This record gives sequence, C-alpha cells and structure tokens, in this order.
Amino acid sequence: MVTVLPLRLTGATLARRGRTLVGPIDLTLAAGGTTVVIGPNGSGKTSLLRLMHGLQRPAAGRVEWALPDASARTRQSYVFQQPVALRRSVLENLAFPLRLRGVPRARARAAAEDAARRVGLDDRLSQSAPSLSGGEMQRLALARALITDPEILFADEPCAALDGAATRRIEGMLLSAAATTRIVMATHDMGQARRLAREVIFLLHGRIHESGPADAFFDAPRTLEARAFLNGDILE
Amino acid sequence: MTRIPLLAAALSILLPIVAAAETMKMAVTTSFQNSGLAEVLVPRIAEETGVDVELIVVGTGQALRLGEAGDVDAVLVHSRAAEEAFVAAGHATHRTPFMYNDFVVLGPVADPADVTGAGTAPEAMTRIAAAEASFVSRGDDSGTHKAELALWEDAGMAPEGTWYRPVGAGMGASLNTAVGMGAYILSDRATWLNFDNKADMAILFEGDPALFNQYAYLPVNPAKGDHLKADAAGSVENWLVSATARDLIDGYRVGGEQVFTFNAEQ
Amino acid sequence: MQDLLAGLGRALHLIVTLDPELIEITLRSLGVTLTALAIACAIGLPLGGWLAVRRFRLRRAAIAALNALIGLPPVVVGLVVYLLLSRSGPLGVLGLLFTPAAMIAAQAVIITPLVASIAHQAMRDLWADYHDLLISMNATRWQRIATLLIDGRRGLLTAALAGFGRAIGEVGAVMIVGGNIEGATRVLTTAIALETGRGDFALALGLGVILIGLSLAVSVASHWALRTERRGRW
Repeated sequence: MVTVLPLRLTGATLARRGRTLVGPIDLTLAAGGTTVVIGPNGSGKTSLLRLMHGLQRPAAGRVEWALPDASARTRQSYVFQQPVALRRSVLENLAFPLRLRGVPRARARAAAEDAARRVGLDDRLSQSAPSLSGGEMQRLALARALITDPEILFADEPCAALDGAATRRIEGMLLSAAATTRIVMATHDMGQARRLAREVIFLLHGRIHESGPADAFFDAPRTLEARAFLNGDILE
Repeated sequence: MTRIPLLAAALSILLPIVAAAETMKMAVTTSFQNSGLAEVLVPRIAEETGVDVELIVVGTGQALRLGEAGDVDAVLVHSRAAEEAFVAAGHATHRTPFMYNDFVVLGPVADPADVTGAGTAPEAMTRIAAAEASFVSRGDDSGTHKAELALWEDAGMAPEGTWYRPVGAGMGASLNTAVGMGAYILSDRATWLNFDNKADMAILFEGDPALFNQYAYLPVNPAKGDHLKADAAGSVENWLVSATARDLIDGYRVGGEQVFTFNAEQ
Repeated sequence: MQDLLAGLGRALHLIVTLDPELIEITLRSLGVTLTALAIACAIGLPLGGWLAVRRFRLRRAAIAALNALIGLPPVVVGLVVYLLLSRSGPLGVLGLLFTPAAMIAAQAVIITPLVASIAHQAMRDLWADYHDLLISMNATRWQRIATLLIDGRRGLLTAALAGFGRAIGEVGAVMIVGGNIEGATRVLTTAIALETGRGDFALALGLGVILIGLSLAVSVASHWALRTERRGRW
C-alpha cells in the first residue's frame, strides 16, 4: 500500500512575529502505534502538531511526507483541543468531510449514521451540534475526524476540558482507532500518556528534549528535566 | 394561466408607464399640487389632448433647476422674476401666464400682533416684526418664499431675530410647523383651505393686490435635447389657455371658495 | 392621541377595502426595494465574506470606509444619483431619472454598505470558528465559501433584512430621483411625506402602519422560510 509515512521534519521551526514557538525540530515519524507529545505548558506541543499537520508553514526547515503534499493532506485528520462544531446537525457534521470529498449524499449519510452509532450519538442525529455537551462534542469531533479513515490522526489534548467518564470514552475511541491509524496526540495527563503511548516525545522550550519508547521513558527517563517533569516539579 | 397577467401587472408597476398616450414630465410647485387643482386638471388634459402629464412636485427653485437640466418637459411655477431670468437664459422659449391665486397671512386666532387691523400687506408684516411675534418662513427659495421676501422689502425691512424662523420646507410642512409653534405664516389660499391640520390658526389678512400670485407655464427649450416632448408640451400649453381650462380653474372650489382665477390672454 | 387612533382606523379601512391605489404603491414599494436589495446582496454579501476571509494590507481601512458609508445621508445619495442621471449629467442619455430604476439605484447605493458590513461581521465570527477545521479538512476555496454561506445564513439573512428595512423606509433619496409621480414612482414613504405635507395626518399614519406591517411580514416570512429550509435538508 502507498503510504504517507514516514513524516520527516528537518530543522523545522515555527515562529510568529519573529518569536520562535517551536523548533528547530528534527524528527522521523514511522508507521504504527501512538506517539504522545508531552511537556509543560508553553513547551510547544500544539505548535508542533500544527506544524506537522500543515496548519502552519515552517518559518525555516522542512516538513515532508512520503507522498506529495496534495495527496498527503487528504490522508490526515486533526482534532482540536476546543472541539469545533459546525453549526449543523450531528448527522451533517459527521457527513461533512465525506461530502467535501464528493461522496454521494446517500452514502455519506449511511456512513455518518454508522459512525454515530459507534460513538453513541445515534439518538442525537438531528440535534444541532453546537448544543451538545463538551464530552459529546469531542466524541463527535473525533468520529468526524476518523470517518475518512485517515492514515494519521493528530489530536491536541482532546480531553483537556473533559471529566473522567468523558475522557475514558475518548481514550476508548483512540485505542480502537490506533489499530489502523497512526496517532500523534498531545496531552498533559501522564496517566493518559502511559495508557495510550507506544512512543513519547518530551518537549521543553520548543525543542525535543527527550524521545523514545514509552515504557523506557516512563520507567527510566534519561534526562534530569524529564525526571523532574514526571515527578510533577515545575520546570523553568 | 393566471400568472401571466399578474406578472404583467407587477412589471407595469415597476416600469415607467408606457401607455398608448404620450407622456410628459412637468415640474410643479408644492402649492399647485397641495391646492388639489392638479387632480382636477391632469385627468382632463389626458382625456382631451392624449398627453399623460406626470407631476414632479418640488419648490420653484428646484423646478427651475430640473427644467434647466432638461429633466422635465415643462415647468409650472409662480415667481415672475425667476421665470423671466429662466427665459432670458434660454432654458425656455417663453412663459405663459394663465392663472393666479392669492396669498394670505395666517396666524393664531388670538392675533398678538394685531395683523387684522393692518391696512396693507407690508403693514401686516411690519406689525408682526414690531411685535416680534413668531413667523415661519418657507426659506426654500420657492415662489411663496420669494413673494414673502418681496413683502418684507416693500415694508422696508429685513426680518431678523429669534422670532423669524426660516424652516426650509414645503408649504405643507411649513404650515405644520407654524401650527405647532402658534406662529404667523404666509401661505397660498388654496393650500390653506385644503390643509387638514388647521388647529387654532386662521386667515388674519387677505385681499391686498400685492398678495396676488401669478402662475405661469414654461415649456423647456426643445434645443436641450431630442428626448424633450416639445409637441406634448405644446398641446398642454394650448389646453391650459383654452376655454375648458378657464371653466375648470374658475369653477374649482375648496370649502365653497374660489381659489384660482384664470387670466390667460386668449 | 386622536390622530393616532384615526391613523390606525384609516390603515384598517384602506386594507379592508383593498384600496387599489394603496395596493399599487405598496407593490411598487416592494418591487423597488426588493430589486435594490437583490443588487445590494449580490454585491454586499460576497464583499462582506471576502473582507472576513481575506487578509490584505488595506483591509482595516476598507472596513472603516464601509462602516462610514453606512452613515451616508440618503438625501446626499439621492442628490448624487440625481446629478448622475440628470439629462445634463454623465448618465443622462439612459433617460432613467424619475423612473423606478433610478429609485432602485439610489436605494442599492444606500443599503449596500449596511448589508456588506453586517455580512462581514457575521462571516468574520464564523470564519474564526471554522478556519482551522476547514483548512485541516483540505476544503477548497469554493467549499470554504459555500460552508460559510450555508452555516452563516442566519447572519446573512439579518444583513438582508437590515438592508430591506432601511430601503423600504427611506424617503429622501427616492423623493429626489423618483419624483413621487402618481402612478409611476410614488411609493409608501413618498406618499406619507405628501400626505403629511397636506396635513392629512390620519392617512399619512395609516400608510405608515401599512409600511410597518409590510416590514414585519417580510421579516417573519423570511425567518419562516429559513426554518423550513433547514428542516428539509436531510
């Protein structure tokens, strides 16, 4: 199968008004599993995800997929920390990415109903999406991101604003998606990171401070800062 | 099937009238329109000459400007000096005086300036000024406004002070203002008789020949453009000086009173 | 108080008897204003959307200019349109002065900035919400615009209704360029001005009541149309 992976970042930097938000980053993202991006607030987690997904152009360096940009774009999805609900019904929200790709209305509708059933929103199909609760809205956003069967899914702290039960449901969805989809997610919840991660990227001051397999990282972090972060100490 | 006539009706409302009859535009003064005489004359003109006269009701100043620009085919105003200048400037070939009405001095029934006791129109104006009683002036360069200014000039004075209120509005709007303020005002008789909001105002002075108000018809010079309907304007002019027009104008009554007098040279 | 009651009575009488002249000027008011609104929407809605979505150097200046134009006095617009359409003006050969077309032109000029400005505000908020998502989903430019138009239709309707309200109630400009010619260019507002000038306050007020009723009917009808359209989407 032709695949977009690996994703290769070479000296990639994201800057705004002359201030570097993240980078320079050198990184290769191969197929398989879930990568969790962790780090203190302001360390550049969101910026890194947006840079990889192409929501922002690098100020310097390169972000390259194994396929040309145009076809790589169609094989990715992104879930925002604040879920974006289109001002339409739940059903129309789910069908939206398919309709953008020109999937006929009837097929898009069938797929949307199917997706709604899997995430437990099938009794809300005609409800206006902006009127959903926070947890329901994030479930909707995640289901909508997955409806196009992306090869890679970026999720930016998808549970940041959710309570325990809602978080558990999102994690369940991510775990089952991980079987077929490469996931890169940012989180500040170390428990969640341990539950989901196969690989960890620890960001500090906009740079990759330490990265590697999740088990090794959580059991025996190599750097002082990573150890302090896992202990809950404040990093300056 | 019923849709087509409905659509046609809707379209005919949107589009300018394209009736079989010829159409011409005539700028007339508010006093002519408000007197109600227009509603008597215009249908008869259409009937007898086949010319549909569309009225643009404005002040004398604007009426003459519309004629000057060639935007109307004729003007019907009442301001001799301005009309003569209009003809002299070549905007109209000639002026045809055909009827007159008269102005009256209106004021509150209590008459604080004792206008009723005045012997002449200028004296009436002098009394208002002397009493510094509120006076509403059209102030819009209209024929009525010009007639009022001529009266002040005859009285040998220039009205000034807080009692003198130029409102810059048409006859009806100015009357409404005068009624609201309990002020004196100069109005043409016909507009006043037709006016519904009289409250406690009344005619306090009338009858001085200085108050006569001559109306004239001026066909716009056809040299201003091919779009001008010189023939229609000519037919209307002939009709306005005809015996039919005389009977209609002299016979027109408002509240039982004759307000216009036909005086065209026949 | 007496005049107000008389006005209501007069309005009722005119409506109940289906006064033919009233029907004619009401239809003309609607025809002129809806045509002007269609033109204003055709220009103002895309302009508002464009200002919300595009970033360019003079964008702030353009928005400030647009908002300033909302305050343009209709009488001045009427005078300028008159001078343009006058036989002695640059567009005089068209012979449009004192026709409904001239009134449509004046109204369109008056309400286009208002429609564009309200559309811009509605689109700007929506675009802020949707921007990242639509980029992420790889929506084409046309798909982005279509999505904003569909999901922002309530805001756009508000813009159109504001434009309608301002146009249908406008009197200064249509008086100058239309001339208030009976049977040709007389509309509700100029008729009201005429009757007020004649001191017939009851009739003027009656026409005013009908004007308000008309605005209300159009507003209710368009909101209703939007809701039924929404229910029928799937």
